[in-house]
Amino acid sequence: MGGLIYVLFGISVVFNGLGVIALIRFPDVYTRLHGATKCTTFGSIFTALGIIAYGFARGGAAHETLAIHTIVALVALLVTNPTGSHAIARAAHRSGVKPKGAVVDRLEGRS
Amino acid sequence: MIIDPITFFVVGACFVLFMVFSLIRVGLGPTTPDRVVGLDTMNTLVVATMIVLGAAFDEVVFIDVAIIYALLSFVGTLYVARYLEGGL
Repeated sequence: MGGLIYVLFGISVVFNGLGVIALIRFPDVYTRLHGATKCTTFGSIFTALGIIAYGFARGGAAHETLAIHTIVALVALLVTNPTGSHAIARAAHRSGVKPKGAVVDRLEGRS
Repeated sequence: MIIDPITFFVVGACFVLFMVFSLIRVGLGPTTPDRVVGLDTMNTLVVATMIVLGAAFDEVVFIDVAIIYALLSFVGTLYVARYLEGGL
């Protein structure tokens, strides 16, 4: 059980780091949004899974409460994070930010 | 103990380091949506850090704070996005 928790935490740290590298290195706002949101959502899912596994493996009322509250936090994260990134992408397009290297915008004027 | 308790603090320190890097994007980003993306990434990392620290200190309250922080930061992100669209 301990090895599984270490592996889950390792995956979460690696993917969060990749998301932040994408945020620093990518050229325009849409690619930054893509890399950062996808990678940090995936990494945070694995953080929460590691804590859930830890809580149920420790046992006892206190640690099971911790695991169940972490499940609620995971659901909140899964619902809110993609919706927020969609709203940011839509707002960026509406406010006139073009992708890097774009020459034509076929969505111009559409809602 | 199943795992070494220092693991939680190491993971939390990595997340705080990532938050500093996304803060660089918030300060540097050429357009306003870039800064919003950096802030959104920071919010997700704060939620993950609060969950890890809740397990590290054996405090369920930290995880409740993480739930409320996730929902409130979602509302804040939607508000800023709506403002950028020109709907407000």
